[in-house]
Amino acid sequence: MMGRSAMDRTTHSTSHSDDTFKEELLSLVPYLRAFARSLSGRHEGADDLAQETLVKAWQSRSSYLPGTNLKAWLFTILRNQFYSERRRAWRQEPWDSEKAANLHSYSESQTAAADLSDIARALQALPSEQREALILVGAGGFAYEEAAKIINCAVGTVKSRVARGRRALMALLDGDEQLPMSDRPPEGEAAREILSQLDRLAPHHGGDKRR
Amino acid sequence: MSKDKAPITDKARYARLRREAIGQGLRRLYDGVVHEPVPDEFMDLLKKIDESADPERSPS
Repeated sequence: MMGRSAMDRTTHSTSHSDDTFKEELLSLVPYLRAFARSLSGRHEGADDLAQETLVKAWQSRSSYLPGTNLKAWLFTILRNQFYSERRRAWRQEPWDSEKAANLHSYSESQTAAADLSDIARALQALPSEQREALILVGAGGFAYEEAAKIINCAVGTVKSRVARGRRALMALLDGDEQLPMSDRPPEGEAAREILSQLDRLAPHHGGDKRR
Repeated sequence: MSKDKAPITDKARYARLRREAIGQGLRRLYDGVVHEPVPDEFMDLLKKIDESADPERSPS
């Protein structure tokens, strides 16, 4: 008889590894939320996106190769989800605010909002290819190679996008350039959204803190 | 600050410091969310996933 453990790896996942998988998913939720929020620049909708990613990940868990980078795998799903949704949402209306209303949970972690709000705003003003590369490598700590897999492009492309993104971010923050709104939704809506969101995030201690 | 009039080396130094500060800011933005408590919805979702969204297999 063949060793079962060898078969488990290549064929179906067992219920034992389902449990492990779920634990791993849960442990990576904070990163999914961070990626979702920095990618979208919104609080509302970002948690929806992270949750949809979890569901998708669970449904397609058999295609995850154990031992590979689960975080990168999840980020790939989230990213695909984000872009397909954004394409839809921008054509119709902004995020489903009714659903999003259930997801408010502001924490005290964003205290230095004054300084960070500029960065957040500038980040959203970047072309999306530069933004995602910068988030993955510059904020998320992914290696260029990992980021390239997530984005599905060449490593050199990621490198140049990160470099260009950094330069553009700096130019925006130093005021050398106006925040370009050209590729954003109607008339600076994105920036306004981010700003209002940061206002709400700002100091606001206590209140609706969750466990 | 008159960064434009500064000599090349100062300008380069400024740019480096600036880049580092911005890089740090980016990480703080991201880490700020990472360190937030995870909303209950996520736990609920993963629990729910167990019961319903898994037709292949039921808990034994």
